[in-house]
Amino acid sequence: MGAATSRDAMLDLAPFWSPIRLTLALATITTAVLLLIGTPLAWWLARSKSRWKEAISALVALPLILPPTVIGFYLLLALGPHGPGGWIAGMRGARTLAFTFEGLVLGSVVYSLPFVVQPIRAAFAGIGERPLEVAATLRASPWDAFWSVAVPLARPGFLTAAVLGFAHTVGEFGVVLMIGGNIPGETKVLSVALFELVETQRWSEAHLLAAGMVVFAFAVILAVFHLEKRGAEARR
Amino acid sequence: MVPRARRPLMLGLGVQTPLCMALLGLLAFGSAARAADIKVAVAANFADPFKEIAAKFEASSGHRLVASLGATGQFYAQIVEGAPFDILLAADRATSAKAVREGYAVAGTAYTYAVGKLVLYSPTAGVVDGAATLKAVAFTRLAIANPNVAPYGVAAVETMQALDVLDALRPKLVQGNSIAQTFQFIATGNAELGFVALSQIATLAGGSRWIVPETMHAPISQDAVVMTGAKEIAAAQAFLTFLKTPQARSIIEKYGYGGGD
Repeated sequence: MGAATSRDAMLDLAPFWSPIRLTLALATITTAVLLLIGTPLAWWLARSKSRWKEAISALVALPLILPPTVIGFYLLLALGPHGPGGWIAGMRGARTLAFTFEGLVLGSVVYSLPFVVQPIRAAFAGIGERPLEVAATLRASPWDAFWSVAVPLARPGFLTAAVLGFAHTVGEFGVVLMIGGNIPGETKVLSVALFELVETQRWSEAHLLAAGMVVFAFAVILAVFHLEKRGAEARR
Repeated sequence: MVPRARRPLMLGLGVQTPLCMALLGLLAFGSAARAADIKVAVAANFADPFKEIAAKFEASSGHRLVASLGATGQFYAQIVEGAPFDILLAADRATSAKAVREGYAVAGTAYTYAVGKLVLYSPTAGVVDGAATLKAVAFTRLAIANPNVAPYGVAAVETMQALDVLDALRPKLVQGNSIAQTFQFIATGNAELGFVALSQIATLAGGSRWIVPETMHAPISQDAVVMTGAKEIAAAQAFLTFLKTPQARSIIEKYGYGGGD
């Protein structure tokens, strides 16, 4: 097989580009979608006095503790021809949303949701009532107050949320393995590519990829710490 | 408060310790033929027959079989890294031969316990109609096992090459990480059809299937071998011997495998 021939060959970086491109695209789109749906959700969670708040909050946090296999299993059924995913796929003549890039985006949105909602929610909650009351006395509409007061004040929270959502999607493995089908250029992301390299004993390539991801993760965590420090200073 | 609460606990332990030791002693030396836990790496295609055979073996020997299911290539990588298996039931001949060559498996213990059959399968009737199905390409997704780690994936690729349809089908392929995941892709309906092991569907009624002629791919001779690092070598060998008994053979054949050595 191909694995045996390339194992002893010189280190070839070309096979890395497709998974890297794919992973970056997946993480970028997932983060954008999550900011879009996460912001109103976080706002509601931070300010609502509804009795459903705790339940919704728990639901959002669920992917933090659920094994990715649980999410992967339900997604595999939901995306398939007997679930809603199959219905959506049917509209464009496909059979299932599993094994597609869109399917991975959907899975990643579920999987990374708490990593985006929690920091934004905390930032909104940290603002308190006062600035918004002031905005209201200055006759700012709630919509205006949200955009010109709440969002700017919550900026560090948004940055942390974006970085964490992006990084967590890059680090996703179990869900992708279960719903991806290992298709090069479509669902074969970095973590899955690394898994296959390890399984086929292509250590040198595996080392390179793994070390690259360690460096990336370190940079991300450092960036988050930096953002949090700046956020704390801004609040002072 | 605290010391008072602790004292009875220590007292309890003091009474229990000799009892525990006695029990442990009983477990270790009490029975004449010591019961062993045999760790077996089982190629995913052999999962169902293994379960049946294991029940019979455990009842007659008193040993216990602890099975790990997965793709053969995956097991090989784990064995190289020191996985504590006593036996490897591979899905091919090459992996066990390589393990013997590299010193991970005991020379002379390898033998073919089953010859696998590849089948093109769909749970829907009428979907699979021989090789013509592969040429017509009237489907969106065809599931195969990852040929880099799973011998049934290799056989699937060879079959598509023999029919000269591999390039046409490549955009339709989805890869399971083992033959078990491949079957799961089909069973959940996410792929309409796929190449699986006959053993996985031998006891299922309905659907549509095409047993791939063995001329279209290299034979899937599945070899068993005892690992060098085995902690339970005698028990492991007893199980391999049991695999050759008519009782075990009839189960293996029931699942559609051809005869071994």
